[in-house]
Amino acid sequence: MPHDAETPHAAVLPRAAERPQPTVLPHDAETPQAAALSQRPGSRRSGPDDRPALVLVGHGMVGQRFLEALAEQGVTGRTRITVLGEEPRPAYDRVRLSSYFDGRTPDDLSVTAPDFLARHGIEAHFGDPVEAVDRTARTVTTRSGLTLPYDTLVLATGSYPFVPPVPGRDAEGCFVYRTIEDLLAIEAYAKGAGTGAVVGGGLLGLEAAGALRGLGLATHVVEFAPRLMPVQVDEGGGAALLRTVESMGLTVHTGTGTAAVRTGDDGRVTGMELSDGSEIATDLVVFSAGVRPRDALARDCGLAVGERGGIAVDEHCRTSDPAVYAIGECALAADGRVYGLVAPGYEMALTAAESIGAGAGEPPGTAAGRTFTGADTSTKLKLLGVDVASFGDAHGTAAGCLDVVYADSRAGVYKKLVMDADGVLLGGVLVGDAEAYGMLRPLTGSRPPVAPEQLVLPAGAGAPAALGPAALPDSAVVCSCHNVTKGAIVACASLPEVKKCTKAGTGCGGCVTVIRQLLPPPGESGLCGCFPHSRQELYEIVRTLRLDSYAELLDAHGRAEARGGEGCEVCKPVVASVLASLEGAYPLDGERAALQDTNDHFLANLQRNGSYSVVPRVPGGEITPDRLIVIGEVARDFGLYTKITGGQRIDLFGARVDQLPAIWARLVDAGFESGHAYGKALRTVKSCVGQTWCRYGVQDSVRMAIDLELRYRGLRAPHKLKSAVSGCTRECAEAQSKDFGVIATANGWNLHVGGNGGATPRHADLLARDLSDAELVRLIDRFLMFYVRTADRLERTAAWLERLEGGLEHLRDVVVHDSLGLCAELEAQMAAHVAGYRDEWAATLEDPERLARFVSFVNAPGTPDPSVRFVPERDQLKPDLAVLAIGPAPAGRTYEGVNTP
Amino acid sequence: MITTETSGGGAVELLVGGAWLAVCDPARLAPGRGVAALLPDGRQAALFRDRAGRLYAIDNRDPFTGAQVLSRGLTGSAAGRPFVASPLLKQRFDLVSGRCLDDEEVAVAVYPVRSPA
Repeated sequence: MPHDAETPHAAVLPRAAERPQPTVLPHDAETPQAAALSQRPGSRRSGPDDRPALVLVGHGMVGQRFLEALAEQGVTGRTRITVLGEEPRPAYDRVRLSSYFDGRTPDDLSVTAPDFLARHGIEAHFGDPVEAVDRTARTVTTRSGLTLPYDTLVLATGSYPFVPPVPGRDAEGCFVYRTIEDLLAIEAYAKGAGTGAVVGGGLLGLEAAGALRGLGLATHVVEFAPRLMPVQVDEGGGAALLRTVESMGLTVHTGTGTAAVRTGDDGRVTGMELSDGSEIATDLVVFSAGVRPRDALARDCGLAVGERGGIAVDEHCRTSDPAVYAIGECALAADGRVYGLVAPGYEMALTAAESIGAGAGEPPGTAAGRTFTGADTSTKLKLLGVDVASFGDAHGTAAGCLDVVYADSRAGVYKKLVMDADGVLLGGVLVGDAEAYGMLRPLTGSRPPVAPEQLVLPAGAGAPAALGPAALPDSAVVCSCHNVTKGAIVACASLPEVKKCTKAGTGCGGCVTVIRQLLPPPGESGLCGCFPHSRQELYEIVRTLRLDSYAELLDAHGRAEARGGEGCEVCKPVVASVLASLEGAYPLDGERAALQDTNDHFLANLQRNGSYSVVPRVPGGEITPDRLIVIGEVARDFGLYTKITGGQRIDLFGARVDQLPAIWARLVDAGFESGHAYGKALRTVKSCVGQTWCRYGVQDSVRMAIDLELRYRGLRAPHKLKSAVSGCTRECAEAQSKDFGVIATANGWNLHVGGNGGATPRHADLLARDLSDAELVRLIDRFLMFYVRTADRLERTAAWLERLEGGLEHLRDVVVHDSLGLCAELEAQMAAHVAGYRDEWAATLEDPERLARFVSFVNAPGTPDPSVRFVPERDQLKPDLAVLAIGPAPAGRTYEGVNTP
Repeated sequence: MITTETSGGGAVELLVGGAWLAVCDPARLAPGRGVAALLPDGRQAALFRDRAGRLYAIDNRDPFTGAQVLSRGLTGSAAGRPFVASPLLKQRFDLVSGRCLDDEEVAVAVYPVRSPA
């Protein structure tokens, strides 16, 4: 058997020339260093390197993850680490072994960064398996005779393929499928072969079958169980899988075992005899009928092993000898199970590394923190091009559980969800279309936010828009291989960054689709030069981490080159707006004041000559004669130009910054408040005169407009918000050109959303009809807050709705049917906004410190800015642009001149 | 009239026409938020302070519009260099050199500035 034949003693090291010390050791003679160490085990703490010694036996995926975890813990610097591997190469991606046939080379499969071992000073010997452990002397000895002392020994020896004891199993042409060397041997042998057979129709067997098919062989699969992949899928899933696999030209024999391997006169494989009496002619046989833990080393040195194999470990992955750890497939975990998947192996690697890192210098047993007491065995694979996934309680073993099944035999699709009586998702099986796996697995153990059938129905088959990953809670584990949550992923900017920082997506890869959806689309480089995130992502970061400082956000989440810097004019107002939306009150002081555009800073609109305009709120466009008179008097007294706006209010232009407080004092006295014309906030709610006066009106549109404007005034959003209420279908208020527009019906109100005028007009979409007053307000609450949470910077509702995946239907699902379970939160956020609203003008007038900023010159507080001048036009005034064009002083000095005082 | 009051310990000073001109108490300069100062010759300066406490002063006039508004722009840094973005049309100006980062042809004057030790 190839696997039993040890690989040659070749040590293959990456970039040997760069390594700090020779690590390729001749196997026929010990190095002086190794010899000295092996002769004086008791003195290993003395000499040139008196750091404690850690020896890792086995360099597979789990072994490598363990080394990385040691490096992350800082253990590599203070410990002398040696890794001894049986295979001739550093750790590679065994899970994707068959992708070798997609044109990958063995190097492409590597999971060991080329300079990783050298960078961390890890000594490595490949192609030299450990043959004995002396726990009394604390040494290990390799096949080549190398003896190394250890203070801590870690066994990551993996597993070996189980080969059923059938006659002929050692014949020439019999293989196992576990290592790159196995693969190369099969490839070489297959050159003279036409047919191949795989013993085992499980996960590994189908992988092997895919490999044989990739080599151009007519392929048989023999599975003892009545269906393919019996561990992962149920009968229905197995049937769907069978049809698809057979349609690819593979011949599947289920419910039968292998009785014998037939050989010819030359000793080479010619066929197989099955337990049902039938025979298959084949040129080679690959045994892929499961694996067994490689625990022989542990047995030989007297460590406790399980009855059915596996090195027994505790929840810190320590064996019965506290100086010896075991991780990965060779270990029998504290829950009495051996895990043959990479994700639990990684968990064990992290657990052991943490225990070793924490326990350094402490007596054993004091290590706290991470423990491994069992793992999720969810899997998603692409076998022979077929998506297969199983997660949670895939077989429905829980008492009283119920199935939701969708099957389409024609398309080879089978999906089953296992739910409990209360609708909690317990697990499931997906065959043929495992797209939903990334969403479903994190939802396991919770009540999904939509009806279960909607989770398994294909898109377009009456199912509402797909549940996007945005719906996952931040705590949802997206990458189960590395146990990475959505929250950790969205803090990264790109897939490479996610892989580097969190390792998510580097295991089975099943989560990569979801990760991509959680990240900004490629090519989009984020908000600005400071942040790689979109506004929505910044919102989520600020919200979930409860940040309240721009500097803190920038230094922790900004681009590396922007951290510690000043930020920029793009992201500062965005963050100010996000903080405002989350706190329900508008920040006017401290660091926050410095984040806002000049308009927000002075609560007025900067105009082209450096003067400002002021817009008092006129809710619904309804105003008393007395208030009209006040506006007129203020404009007259301060010499302001007045114009009626499109939003049914009056704009007062031409105020110098130092005049603003006096202007507001008059307006606030008369009962006016800020109209937020300067903010990315609710502007106005226009209205027609409505039922009260109009002979056609069916509702009181003015009252509703006033109510809405007062409710949402001051709400900070990604962009300005406009609204209108029409009293009948004649639509005189033009509500369908607004971000949210309300049109009266005989039975209540219709709500339209996503409308826009301006350069890119868009007719609003009808979101819901015939709403009561309370229903209308509640729906607008939800709509606005959902927009505030998810829209991008300067993205009006029209563009947002166009971009929203699933469009109007998705929006309706979220805000009407509460498909994401968000509505209560959205309503609560709006309630907080309403309760926290204060007029910003009044608040500023009350505070001398805030008023201090309203001067033209810091060194001449009483002096008006001489550059802000006006000239007459049509009985009012306009900016004097001539004074600006001239400039106040001769431009005799250049920056070069003044830089050298 | 130009009056500079400080709370003791000295004022932020600009070098104008060969002499240091006291402008304001350092406390009036919040990091990231500029102020304008009127100079004796009628020009205006925009003063800024960054997070590290470094001071910058450039001419307050936005050369693209002629308006005296640069002190009201938002500051930032790119590639380690501090800038202010005009609040009108958003062009960026390097706070150390005065150069416009969006138009090589354009620059504003810079003033040496110092604060009490």
